[in-house]
Amino acid sequence: MSVLIFADQSEGHIRKSTYEALSYGAKVAELTGTVAEAIVLGPVLDSLSGLGKYGITKVHHVPDNGLEHMDARCYTAVIAEAVQQTGADTVIFSNNITGKAVAPRLSARLKAGLVAGAVSLPDLAGGFSVRRSVFSGKAYANVSIITPIRIITLNQNAYGIAESAGTAEVLNMTISSPASRLTFKSTSKVSGKVPLTEAEMVISGGRGLKGPEHWGLVEDLADLLGAATACSRAVADAHWRPHHEHVGQTGLAIAPNLYFAIGISGAIQHLAGVNRSKVIVVVNKDPEAPFFKAADYGIVGDAFEVMPKVIEAVRRLKAN
Amino acid sequence: MKILVCISKTPDTTAKIAFTDNNTKFASEGVQWIINPYDEWYALVRAIEMKEKDPTVQIQLVTVGGADADPIIRKALALGGDEAIRVDAEGQDSFFIASQIAGVAADGGFDLILTGKETIDHNGASIGGMVAELLDMDYVSLAVKLDMEQGKAVVTREIEGGEEICEAVLPLVVSCQKGMAEARIPNMRGIMAARSKPLKVVVPVPAASLTSIQSFELPLAKSGVKLISADHPEELVRLLHEEARII
Ligand SMILES: Cc1cc2nc3c(=O)[nH]c(=O)nc-3n(C[C@H](O)[C@H](O)[C@H](O)COP(=O)(O)OP(=O)(O)OC[C@H]3O[C@@H](n4cnc5c(N)ncnc54)[C@H](O)[C@@H]3O)c2cc1C
Repeated sequence: MSVLIFADQSEGHIRKSTYEALSYGAKVAELTGTVAEAIVLGPVLDSLSGLGKYGITKVHHVPDNGLEHMDARCYTAVIAEAVQQTGADTVIFSNNITGKAVAPRLSARLKAGLVAGAVSLPDLAGGFSVRRSVFSGKAYANVSIITPIRIITLNQNAYGIAESAGTAEVLNMTISSPASRLTFKSTSKVSGKVPLTEAEMVISGGRGLKGPEHWGLVEDLADLLGAATACSRAVADAHWRPHHEHVGQTGLAIAPNLYFAIGISGAIQHLAGVNRSKVIVVVNKDPEAPFFKAADYGIVGDAFEVMPKVIEAVRRLKAN
Repeated sequence: MKILVCISKTPDTTAKIAFTDNNTKFASEGVQWIINPYDEWYALVRAIEMKEKDPTVQIQLVTVGGADADPIIRKALALGGDEAIRVDAEGQDSFFIASQIAGVAADGGFDLILTGKETIDHNGASIGGMVAELLDMDYVSLAVKLDMEQGKAVVTREIEGGEEICEAVLPLVVSCQKGMAEARIPNMRGIMAARSKPLKVVVPVPAASLTSIQSFELPLAKSGVKLISADHPEELVRLLHEEARII
């Protein structure tokens, strides 16, 4: 018995969402009285023994070059074999793009119950039950896994990263992956920006900003805070901002520590994607805007007057 | 080419979310049901666009659910599906549902199986991957673009912080999201035609559930917004720094 955590990497670097999954997995291992081990696929540049900091005792590394690109079929075959070899009974992924692609396949292959989008540690009283987010963040379901092997994908920013001292033993694992039938043609990254789903702070603009030419108000604040930028669907539909910034029920669901909404009305479909944020700030000139009901802090006022002052105050704070 | 589009029935995006029976069941009274937006706007409409380009394309729809899913399936037929199959079973967990879809797809000879990226009620994002595994097919998730070129699928998929283009051989399972197609509404001709399109009801194949929902919960209500005067926005920054301690 052990907990096996999939440590997702990108271009040789372990992802931040993975640190959270590792921390969570270590805690699950502690609760179930076993050890937490990690599996890493593909070539890496980071030191894997460093994953010990998150409570990992062993890192199983399958260094094959063929695993650089995520192919859900190949990843599933390799991880399934690793589950066999390590005797893991709980497998944990971050609920990121890789986790969403691979965990369901693994679930079907191993006939192992999957809780996708977990937001809590398992409740072991009378079984193994995990809370997950449902109805696009408007509710939770407590789901029990009734199979001997269990798979959990952890929602990002749902648990936090727990660091302490420790080094993990790194073991090379030889598992031959089936040949990929996908041919990867090109990759384009929005460089230098924080990926929205991994961002701790998100500054978001709505139709109240009147046009793309006013996005400096969003971007200046985001740059000062190291935050990612987002927008409402109305804004993406108007092509003021790219579609990948659209958050909400039909866009990305995010749960940053800070969600700062400027000129967004707070329609129910928008709230569905952001209401798991820890602190919500709303700037809107309409005191009746529904967003204020979901907010922690609010300013009723004209964004064009309020935001330059907010940005100035943050700049002063950062300068100190 | 044969395309199977997976259709799920979900509550309307504005539906009030509440639970009954000791918080074990969704309170469906008075709720409007819609086709899961990702299934409709992206998976189904993309299939229809492909058929418009190549009339030999056949679009089969599949849903798992009771007779109350029929209006949803008819709407999907009105948009442009050719025929539909409803597996007459209440969905239990995603593995059970995926097993039903795999059962329908197993001897259907489909080249493409399209799903939405997730449903807006269960948010599992699991069906596509499970179906692909059960049928040993390739799976490309979170696709924003899908085209056929010389018998191969060229898919643009979302990756963390960007996009990636890959080419896949058929048969293939693809989960679809925004960017894939432009939403449309059914026209009168489509609605009339849908009435006579075949909707076959089949019995479920034996399949296990791997999980079970014990209860639902609503999030705790926020304690209320703290309003800061528009004349002193710097006070907001002070509170975020000193009280909320996030900046
Ligand atoms: C099926 C479905 C799915 C949907 N999915 C999503 C989704 O995923 N995400 C999403 O965002 N939306 C979604 N929507 C759309 C949603 O219903 C709203 O229409 C949309 O969120 C509105 O965007 P907005 O708040 O930017 O614009 P508006 O509703 O136009 O609001 C603009 C706000 O800005 C304020 N304002 C104007 N001027 C100023 C100023 N000078 N200073 C400060 N404030 C100002 C106004 O008071 C207003 O509250 C969906 C809708 C449907 C039907």
